[in-house]
Amino acid sequence: MSSKAFQRTYTQLEAITKATVSLKAQGVSNDELATVAGRLAQVVKMKGDTVTLQVFSGTEGIPTDAEVVFFGAAPTLNVSDDLAGRFFNAYGQPIDGGPAVEGERRFIGGPSVNPYKRKQPSQLIPTGIAGIDLNNTLVSGQKIPFFADPDQPYNQVMAMVALRADVDKIILGGMGLSNDDYLYFKQMFESAGALDKIISFVNTTEQPPVERLLIPDMALTAAEYFAVDKNEKVLVLLTDMTLYADALSIVSNRMDQIPSKDSMPGSLYSDLAKIYEKAVQLPDGGSITIIAVTTLNDGDITHAIPDNTGYITEGQLFLRTDTDTGKVIIDPFRSLSRLKQLVIGKQTREDHNQVMNTAVRLYADASNAKTKLENGFDLSDYDNRCLEFAKDYSNNLLAIDVNISIDEMLDTAWTLFGKYFTQAETGIKAELIEKYWKA
Amino acid sequence: MKTTGIVTGIIANLVTVEINGPVSQNEICFINVGEDKLMAEVIKVTGKSAFVQVYESTRALKNGNTVEFEGHMLEVTLGPGLLSSNYDGLQNNLATMEGVFLKRGEYTLPLDLEKQWEFTPLAKVGDRVVAADWLGEVKEGWLPHKIMVPFAFEGEYTIKSIAQAGSYRVSETIAVLTDASGEDRAVTMTQKWPVKVAVGGYKEKPRPYKIMETGVRCIDTLNPIAEGGTGFIPGPFGCGKTVLQHAIAKQGEADVIVMAACGERANEVVEIFTEFPELIDPHTGRSLMERTTIICNTSNMPVAAREASVYTAMTICEYYRAMGMKVLLLADSTSRWAQALREMSNRMEELPGADAFPVDLSAIISNFYARAGVVVLNNGQTGAVTFIGTVSPAGGNLKEPVTESTKKAARCFYALNQNRADKKRYPAVDPIDSYSKYLEYPEIIAYLKEKVAPDWVDKVIEAKNMVLRGKEVSEQINILGDDGVPISYHEIYWKSELIDFIILQQDAFDKIDSVCPMERQEFMLSLVLQLCHVERNFEDFEACSKFYKELINTLRQMNYSEFKSDNFNKYLEQLKKFMSNEQ
Repeated sequence: MSSKAFQRTYTQLEAITKATVSLKAQGVSNDELATVAGRLAQVVKMKGDTVTLQVFSGTEGIPTDAEVVFFGAAPTLNVSDDLAGRFFNAYGQPIDGGPAVEGERRFIGGPSVNPYKRKQPSQLIPTGIAGIDLNNTLVSGQKIPFFADPDQPYNQVMAMVALRADVDKIILGGMGLSNDDYLYFKQMFESAGALDKIISFVNTTEQPPVERLLIPDMALTAAEYFAVDKNEKVLVLLTDMTLYADALSIVSNRMDQIPSKDSMPGSLYSDLAKIYEKAVQLPDGGSITIIAVTTLNDGDITHAIPDNTGYITEGQLFLRTDTDTGKVIIDPFRSLSRLKQLVIGKQTREDHNQVMNTAVRLYADASNAKTKLENGFDLSDYDNRCLEFAKDYSNNLLAIDVNISIDEMLDTAWTLFGKYFTQAETGIKAELIEKYWKA
Repeated sequence: MKTTGIVTGIIANLVTVEINGPVSQNEICFINVGEDKLMAEVIKVTGKSAFVQVYESTRALKNGNTVEFEGHMLEVTLGPGLLSSNYDGLQNNLATMEGVFLKRGEYTLPLDLEKQWEFTPLAKVGDRVVAADWLGEVKEGWLPHKIMVPFAFEGEYTIKSIAQAGSYRVSETIAVLTDASGEDRAVTMTQKWPVKVAVGGYKEKPRPYKIMETGVRCIDTLNPIAEGGTGFIPGPFGCGKTVLQHAIAKQGEADVIVMAACGERANEVVEIFTEFPELIDPHTGRSLMERTTIICNTSNMPVAAREASVYTAMTICEYYRAMGMKVLLLADSTSRWAQALREMSNRMEELPGADAFPVDLSAIISNFYARAGVVVLNNGQTGAVTFIGTVSPAGGNLKEPVTESTKKAARCFYALNQNRADKKRYPAVDPIDSYSKYLEYPEIIAYLKEKVAPDWVDKVIEAKNMVLRGKEVSEQINILGDDGVPISYHEIYWKSELIDFIILQQDAFDKIDSVCPMERQEFMLSLVLQLCHVERNFEDFEACSKFYKELINTLRQMNYSEFKSDNFNKYLEQLKKFMSNEQ
């Protein structure tokens, strides 16, 4: 990534903070890459002659007479088909012992797709998980995060979804991955025999947090190469975006910016949107689908990170443990796929929409009944039937260990309706009842 | 001579420029970076330094880059051809841009200069005219697009010459006007106007006196919005803001719809320009896209242009209003615009107000909402801009600066409720917190009495009270238990559920239920209230809930059936028979 032609060297730092250094320099361009005492850094601010650089690996031990070398250009990634099957660090350098990738040098964090040139996403991505396929159907070109507390098996579920999805390339962007999780992904991909369609950019917890800021752009630059140049269907996995946002707040804090909600920078929404909006269905058949992870603090989705994420992404998949069945489920209340209407009843059976909504409504009635029970009130016959239904629904449909086709999910739901409710109680359109009701 | 300058500082998209001459606040300038020219706007001046916000990525910008100032504020081009166009926030035509990616510094013309328009003069030589007076018209699809005396023309003019009926391109002179001092000015079919300045040129701005029908029951029936009125929809993510707004865009009773996608998802815009050309305007029977203009600055497009996008949209609305059109502006979401203001204010190191937003946020929002309204034009005709904005409150908490500031400015409040959305009770508009100030306007009440039914407003108020009462008793039932309250409480609760399921809830994805004309709304509300007026003394609360669930089911089937069709009438007969047995 270094081109020697435009290098200019300075050796006099004027200021050092935990994440940035400032110096007097000329001819510097915005977003330009540099090294400070051999560490990669990027120009983030210029005021007169004074240039502020964000040092990705932190400034520990950097002396005031450190050598600063400017490269004359923003960060790049070499793209070619040789990326497939490889593991890289945040700078796009191989960490799997293999050779550097030859290819076209592309700036990362490039421009957006013209919205008018986009196509409407329309291809269903089946995962076999009813909490997703039945209630929150995924569509290629969508961007959707898992919202989960740190104790939930989000990385496992994400890996499972990725390997079941019918895509040409899977690109993993790991930010602050624990070494264990990194090895888990590596092993999962290897044992699935899918290594040749996987590309990974990984920053582990052992590496400096600010480096993470490069990961999504690296992963998405690679994704755009395959989706735009090669018309491939690409699935990008980003975990954990909460740690990415934390790194943003570190940098903005060091630059003396006024924090907004939850000590996050005021630009958090735009920063996250720049990443997620790279998800796209392209006119020539290629697509980028983004599945991310946003870890929550005790299920709190009002915190600035999940809150801004929710406004950007096309829904969210909320993982939690169902205390009644002890299983990890995709919460039907808090989860949503905004693009599901594009495929529900079009690529799936006509009864999909009503079955989905009715089941969720009955599950809500069950949760009301549960509250009543907890408050020590008698339950009506209907309440009891709702509670029984909720258990079956949770076990047979919501649990993440379910792996069946969408038609089977719908049939299962009809069986449960017939088992516990009258036709009127479901409130489903008469013509669908006639066709699908299971007594 | 144009003022020029050189770049002396860069923080993200805030650039400091040392200037060599006069500049004005909000003046547009271009920064030269290699081959590219980046558009920017002056937002602050101190001494010889102008602070400009750049509408593009500032990557590779350097100190010492040259800057040229344009001598005018950000302007839009107004003329025939705006409808069915897709623009970015600076009115570049997105459809004529090359390549899949947006290229920095690529600016495209808003109007097609080659297209011929059939012009018919409406004024004649010798007529005395002022700004916004109609000189002629062209057919823009079905819409009689008026060619007006440019809004920027001050004082009175005499028409010296006017083009004969025939085909002209937008840039051809169609009239020559002479001002009081004898100077001639040529008028073409296009004019420019600075977006941040409200378009005038009308006689008066009366109070709104009519309802704008949306086909959405929880708006039209419970909290109607006036033609020329203002409203806003705040709600946490996932509560159906976008679905509701698209429903209003599809069904709203307006001649022209301008959708401003401000800092939102690109796929939502894709949905509009993919689906709208296929959909039919229920009022004119023509393609929906023919009456729609999209202004789109999605969340990944440059932040500074977000603010510009809502002003660009509003100016286009005002332009059509001056032609006597009913225009509806939908902006999603004004919070993103406020956040863009916050980002800039922060970079300029201004002292922050609440939640780090700039202190003048409230004033900016209310000035913007004030540009909507009904106007009486100089020729006595009327036009209207109705404005509905969405707000995305952080954490779904309505006690935040953008929601609070908007509440002061907008007259209708459609609060989306997370709890209702969780229960899939869509649209999740809270029937108790939401309000329409227009229901208190005597002129609107008179209008509803005449247009809908003499006792309509009373019925609406009765229904609202029943919903409120239902909520109160349901809280008591939750505290005291099903057995702890009189059976009559259950009946009150279930009657409110009946109103909720049949009137408030509406299936936006069902072909029939999604659009509910006023006649049908009147019919259904009257029917539901009639059913609610009967006191049924149930044996126990289970019998009560069973009875109402069945009733709800029957009425829901009616909502799914075409109005007054055989199917609909079949259910109606069932109900009538049942009601007569009750008496």
